[in-house]
Order: sequence, then structure tokens, then C-alpha cells
Amino acid sequence: MRYLITVTVTILTVAISTTAQAFCGFYVARADTSLFNRASQVVLVRDDNRTVITMANDFQGDVEDFAVVIPVPTFIEREQINVAERTLVEHLDAYTAPRLVEYHDPDPCLKYELFERNAQNDAELPSAKALVGSRRSLGVTIEASYTVGEYDILILSAEESSGLITWLNENDYKIPGGAETVVESYLKQDMRFFVARVNLAEQAKLGYSYLRPIQVAYESNKFMLPIRLGTLNAKGKQELYVYALTRTGRVETTNYRTVKLPSNNEVPEFVQAEFAEFYRDMFRRQTIRENQRAVFLEYAWDMAWCDPCAADPLSPDELRRLGVFWTGETDGRRVAPPPAQNVFVTRLHLRYDRDHFPEDLVFQETGDRQNFQGRYVIRHPYKGATSCDATPYKASVRDRQEREAQMLANLTGWDIDDIRAKIPYFEGFKPEPEEIPWWKRVWQ
Amino acid sequence: MNAIARPGDPRYYQIAVLSLLLSYGIVALDFGIDWQNAAAIVVTAQVVQFICTRFVGLPKFDPLSALITSLSLTLLLRTDVVALAALAAVVAIGSKFLVRVRDKHVFNPANVALVALMLFSDRAWVSSGQWGSTIIGAFALACLGFLVLTRARRAETSIAFVAGYAILIVGRAIWLNDPLSIPLHQLQNGALLIFAFFMISDPKTSPNTRVGRIVYGVMVATAAYTIQFVLYETNGPIIALILSAPFVPLIDFLSNGISYHWNRSVKGVIQCDT
Repeated sequence: MRYLITVTVTILTVAISTTAQAFCGFYVARADTSLFNRASQVVLVRDDNRTVITMANDFQGDVEDFAVVIPVPTFIEREQINVAERTLVEHLDAYTAPRLVEYHDPDPCLKYELFERNAQNDAELPSAKALVGSRRSLGVTIEASYTVGEYDILILSAEESSGLITWLNENDYKIPGGAETVVESYLKQDMRFFVARVNLAEQAKLGYSYLRPIQVAYESNKFMLPIRLGTLNAKGKQELYVYALTRTGRVETTNYRTVKLPSNNEVPEFVQAEFAEFYRDMFRRQTIRENQRAVFLEYAWDMAWCDPCAADPLSPDELRRLGVFWTGETDGRRVAPPPAQNVFVTRLHLRYDRDHFPEDLVFQETGDRQNFQGRYVIRHPYKGATSCDATPYKASVRDRQEREAQMLANLTGWDIDDIRAKIPYFEGFKPEPEEIPWWKRVWQ
Repeated sequence: MNAIARPGDPRYYQIAVLSLLLSYGIVALDFGIDWQNAAAIVVTAQVVQFICTRFVGLPKFDPLSALITSLSLTLLLRTDVVALAALAAVVAIGSKFLVRVRDKHVFNPANVALVALMLFSDRAWVSSGQWGSTIIGAFALACLGFLVLTRARRAETSIAFVAGYAILIVGRAIWLNDPLSIPLHQLQNGALLIFAFFMISDPKTSPNTRVGRIVYGVMVATAAYTIQFVLYETNGPIIALILSAPFVPLIDFLSNGISYHWNRSVKGVIQCDT
């Protein structure tokens, strides 16, 4: 698995005392606890106006001080909140992650069949820097309080932001500067908030050492994800992964460009050992090319299958637990899991801050069912004995290795000479050194 | 409908600009427009236009308007089913001949096709976010659009729409106490500008008088805002236009205007918009 998910999180997190931002919101922690938010993952299950959202985050800090304020597009009741297993999100991540595929050249002297092997697919998520917020206070009026799993859930009936802010303030929670304004704006848009705090006794009883993802189910025309609170104190960019599970087709943002990540590129063999770095640097370079304003499509596929599979498709039961409410309706009779699950998965990845993503993400489901995956290819040259003159083959491999080097440099911005130095050119072949322009020699 | 294309026909400018936008979209923005879809739309539109021209008994086949409709559809409509792309062209051109009031067609052809396909198929959509929001791009689009408008002398609808929509969006931001970067980002939308300058401005389906066109532009802006920011549905402007179109005959009736003809030199036509 690429990234470490140590904590649950959410859509808008506001927490106590010290704040570090989280993806859709910001963490709130008590006292001076330092919180770090690296990458957030959100699963959005959507059909018609029904949404189930699952929020996971790699929160790192003392859970005792953890609280998260989550905005939702409509008023919710206790039964609409649930706690999910972290493994569900991890599985979805693994299934949709950009992948490396390797091919082995056959003996050039034989007619053979190519075989393909699926290589590991993990890509390490770039981490977003934690933010430390200013020490301002906010607050709310509690409508109801429940315990769900290891969380104490407080549903707030704030009629105005001062209520929420006052409540948070009275409970020693600190909120980043500017949060009050955003909260007020959300409230005017009929959004509501709830606060989740860790109940240590319940957590001990349940035996979890990390925070599990919080789920919320609601009905609303708004197919969106609030990210504004998370950008308030951002000292750097944050990383967000959105996995959309829909019935019909691919999901895209309507207020930001959705761009496909480069894919099906052939890269040098050594990338296999450095795939995480490759993915991270490639993603960084692509975001810059899109003026840091694009949302990247990394995967779009019918959940019933995959090719190659980075991980098995999610089972109907797993999908159900993620909130896919339209599958598994078997009218009581036990039936084998159908091959087609009527679930289309879209993986979106963005790196955002307030300057480049000023407004919340708004989505739409499209009718696009074309498959797409972030896929990178390694070709291993044939190194066995040959029974014929393999010179033409060797020459073609050298050409290919050079093309791969240039492709890699182009995708990641890595230095071409560093790349070439790592390539075991076929049978001692060394690329001809690039002719050094005369002006470079002048001052050497 | 019975206009004959001549040099100076504003539609040539419109075709040039739309073609430019299409090229920009495909080359620079990687729109993912299938050439099969584009070909299906263009060819089908011309065929339907030709058949309808014969059937209705118009004096001359005029390919220009159908081409403009094709280009607009290609720019806005997304589908991975070629048959749906062709169907969109049939609906668009067919509606010009079938849905008429007082000798004017009621719906903008591309608009009605977009709405019909989105309504009756789950395999067609409009990618309003794909244009990005760079200021330069928006500025370029606005300028190009304005050129077309000036030639067609029908800028009022577009200006009223853009102004009305901007006022509503900025007003909302002020009410919410949101930073102005939010409404600015919402306005810097390529799809919105294409809509404003190439679809709502269509002289054949907008009111005949200046006052009528301003009223109409504001009406569409209000409806679009309501759909987008009150009902939280997507494609607000496109749906707003289809809902507002039936009011055009009423606006015309109240303001007593005269129908537009593309070519001002056609005999017997009085221009009301100069």
C-alpha cells in the first residue's frame, strides 16, 4: 500500500486547540499537540441524489486531542453516521493505484508469445505538509450527542456560525483564522456540521490503535466536496484522493479541469525499484504543467474487472460497506456475486491550496464508460543465448532504452544524464555523449 | 431560413471562431473529442438540413447555420456513442423545422439537442469544467465572441446575460462573505463564455427588439443562477436557455418586433437592430 493511513478524517475538520489542516477541513487538537495531515482519501458513493461519503486521513497525533468538524450538505441524524474499516479504503486505493507493468522480450530468434506480468503497483503518496493553525476559537449548540464506534458524535444545530464557534471555543478547541467566515458561508448555503471526538474508553474496548474512517449518508442535490476549510492555514499544498463509485460512468469536476494522468508510457527498467519516487515526481510535474489547477484522473474502470489488476476488485460486500446501496439486492435468496456489479470507479487526485482551488469541488457523473488507468511499462531485454544473429534486435533495444530514458526525463523532470547512468545499456552499449555546445566549454 | 450566404455574412466569422475554439480545445486542452463523433455530427446535420429544406420547399439549401450548430454541438456535447452524436444533430436541425412559432424556430438547435440527449440518455454529457479557468483564455474567448456578436449586431442578449449572471454570482459571494476569488473563478469558465457568446446570442431564437433581448438575457441569467446555485444542479445556463426559449414569442408579441434575417441585403427585410 502506498500510503500510511493512520487516521480517520474528513471533510472539514476542525479540532481543538492546535490546528493542523486536514483535507476538507482542518484538524483540531487540544493544547499544543502537533498534528500532521499528509494525504486524505475520500470515497464518494453517489447515485441520483443519494450520497455516502467515507473519509479517511492519515492523522498523526494524540487521539485524545483529536476532534474533527465535518460539514455535510444537509441536516443529518445519528443513523446517517457510521464508522468504516480502514481496510476498505486501502483496498480501493490498491485496486485503483497507478501501476507498473513489465514485459520480457522473447528470444529474438524465436516466435514466441509475449507474456505480461503485473508488477506491483504501489505508488507512494506525496505527503502534504502539516499546517499549524492560529489559535482562534470557534463554537456551536449541541442538538444531539451519540457514540458511534470509537467516536463521540455531536450534531450541531447552529443557526448561525457564532453558535458553532462559541461551542468550540468553550470546549477549548482552537480554530484556524478565517474558519469562522467559511463556516458562516457554509451555514448560509444550508450546510450543517457535526463534530467527531475520539472516545478513549470505547476505543480501548474496541481495540483499535488508529482512527477509522467516518461515513455519512445523506440525500442532497449537491454533489460536492467542501475543501475550503482545509486550505485556511495551509502552509503548503495538500493531497487529496477522491474515489467515486457510481452506477453509470466516470465522475469529473465541473468547476475545475479534469485531466488524464499520462499513461501507457515505456520507462527504463530501474523505475521498478523507484516507482514511488517516479509517481510522486511525475505527478508534481504534471500539476505544474496544468498551472496547478487541474484534477487528475488516475483510474476509471468498471468495478467488475481489471487488466492488469493491481489488486482484486472489491467484493459486493466491501462495496456495500462503503455505501454502494444499489448492489447486493438479492431479495433474500442467496445468489452468487454477479460478474457485473453496476459499479464504476473513478479515482481522482489533486494537490490543492487556496490560491489555485478557491472554491469547493463540484462533481458530475458522466456517461463515459471508457476504461482508463495510470499504467507504466517496463520492457526487459532478452538476455539468453541466441541461435541467430541478434544484432538488429540489440540495436533496437538500445534505441528503445534511449527513448525510455527521454520519456522518463520528460515525465518526471529527472536529469537525463542521471537516468542514463542507471540504465544497463544492452551489452555494454553506451549512448554517445551529447555534443557539448561550444559555449559550455568556453568558461570551463 | 431563406437567407443566402454572401461574403460578409456574420456566420462566416462565427464558423471561423468556433473552428478555432475547437482546434484549441483538441490541441491545447486535450478535450478527448472523437473525430468520429465530430464527423457524425457535421455530416448528419447537413443531411437533415438538406432533406428538411427539400421537404419544406425552401428555395435554397443553406449549409452555414447547420454547420454552426454542428460546431457548437461538437464543442459541448460529450458521448462515447457515435449514434448519439448523430442523433443530436438530427434533433438539433429537426427542431428548427418542427418547432416554430410565428415563422421563427423556438429553440436554439444545439441547445435543444444537448438538453434532449442529457435528459433521455445517460451516455451523453457536457464537460463544463474542461475549459479551465485561466484569465487569458477567458479574455481571448470573450474577445472572439464579441467579434462575432458585433458582426451579428446582437450583442445585447449576451451582454445582458453575462452582466446579470455576474451580478448574481458576485452578489451571492458578498452575501456569503466569500472572497471574490470564488465568483471570479466561477465566471472564468470557458463553457459559460461559449454559451454566452455563441449560443444565447443566436439571432434566430432571440427576441426581435433590443429591449426584448435585454429582458431575455436577464431572464436566462436568473434561471441559470437559480438552477446552479439554488437547486444545485449542473449545466444551469444550458437548461435555463431551453426553459426560457418558449417565452421569446411572448416577448416578441409584447414588444412587437420584427424577425431577423441573416443577410441584411435580402429584399423586403427591415432591420430592427441597428
